[in-house]
This record gives sequence, C-alpha cells and structure tokens, in this order.
Amino acid sequence: MAEPMKIRAKMEGDVADIKVLFNHVMETGQRKDAKTGQLIPALFIQDVTATINGATVLTANWGTGISKNPLVGFKVKGAKSGDKVSVSWVDNTGDKRTDEATIS
Amino acid sequence: MNALRRNVLKGATGASAVVVAVAAGLLKPTQVLADWNKAAFEAKNVGDAMKGMGVSGPADSKDISIKAPDIAENGAVVPVEISSAIPGTTSIAIFAEKNATPLLADFKLLDGTQGYISTRIKMGATALVRAVVTAGGKSYTAAKEVKVTIGGCGG
Repeated sequence: MAEPMKIRAKMEGDVADIKVLFNHVMETGQRKDAKTGQLIPALFIQDVTATINGATVLTANWGTGISKNPLVGFKVKGAKSGDKVSVSWVDNTGDKRTDEATIS
Repeated sequence: MNALRRNVLKGATGASAVVVAVAAGLLKPTQVLADWNKAAFEAKNVGDAMKGMGVSGPADSKDISIKAPDIAENGAVVPVEISSAIPGTTSIAIFAEKNATPLLADFKLLDGTQGYISTRIKMGATALVRAVVTAGGKSYTAAKEVKVTIGGCGG
C-alpha cells in the first residue's frame, strides 16, 4: 500500500535544500464516489518526521488540505554532503513508510 | 528480527527487549497518532483552529512572505512557499481560510532547519492563505489571497 517517496537533498552553500515527494492519495473524506454516490473515506498522512543523521530536523502534522502526492521542501543549515536524510510518515489508518537519501 | 524474537521468548530478557523496542520507535504509531491535534485540524473555522493550537491574536508581520499564485486554476494543487525572516522561527502553520477545515498543516522546525517551507495545498474556494509563525514563544501571521477557479476539496 505505502509506496516509496522520492527524496532529493543537495547542498546550496551551507544549507541543505531537501525536497520530498510523498506518494499518497490524501483523500479528504468529502469526495463522493461517482458511481455509488457514497462518500470516499478519508485517508491522509497525519504525521511526518524528517531526520538528518538521526537528529530530528522537521516534524509536521497534516490535515486533509495537503494535495495528493504531497511535495514538501525545507532547508537545513549545518548539514553537510554525505549526511543521511530519513523521512517517515504515518497516515490516519496507521499505514506508514520510511525512506532514506544521502545529501549530495 | 529473529534475535529480537528469541529475546522476547526468553522471558526476563524479554521484558527489557520490549522496552528497547518502544524506545527505538518500533511500537510508535499509536503514540504518534495521539499527538495529532484533532481539535485544531477538525475545526471548521480559522478562529477555532488557532484556539485548538493554543494560538491567540497573532501579530501581523512583514517578515513572513507567502509565495502563491494570484489565480489558481486548479484548487486541488496550489503551490505555496512560506519564508519567515523572524529570528528563532520554530513553527509554521498553514491555513486556507475558506476550506471546510482551514488548518492544513503545522510544521515544527528543529535543529538548524530554516524558516522556510514549500508545499502544495488544496483550496475549496477563493480565500486568504494564512501562515502563522511561532518564534520565541510568540505568534506572528501574514496572509495572501489566492483566487481559485475550480475548487479542489469536494465534488
């Protein structure tokens, strides 16, 4: 169910520019199924954590208002090339996923 | 994993293995979900959402910039970039004021993370996109109107 994320992390001066493309439907619970007219149950990422070499640099709580296949960019000072970035998410059904990348 | 299972089966050592598993985050999901601020995320208007987050009367700030399109053709995907030049920025929350549940996201920035977040949001209708920034225990805010041609929440 949980598909891999794409993580791109590269140094720009002394700041690591990190972009994460999540793979998730981010269903709001407000849409109706065109065929049955029934509401499609909400399914969305609630909790996101990003770490660099094990130290947490970003945490986020999300509601349903983040777009499908979410994209998040953030910048971390003091990171360096070769550091390990790890990003994890948990959705409202408890489904979860963690992926890693190396800062270039 | 097998080693862990052996330890669990060994009884006395098992108890400590479970503690280690909890500490290492292996048994974390329920605990993480409990942290999700239900009151704020399910609030139907901005005032209640801010109250749920414990924010009251954030001061308008020119040091927060919101980069978003003036007109978004597709409300399901509206790119938004928020930068805060306020020193010591520790969190950035994003609201779309006319959405059914206006609070979209609450980012906590730790350990060297700059006052910057870019993401893509859903907007139900033309509305103000509002950022609430926390720095040094105080709250600041800024907003930008985005006109939406086709809403991206229901339908």
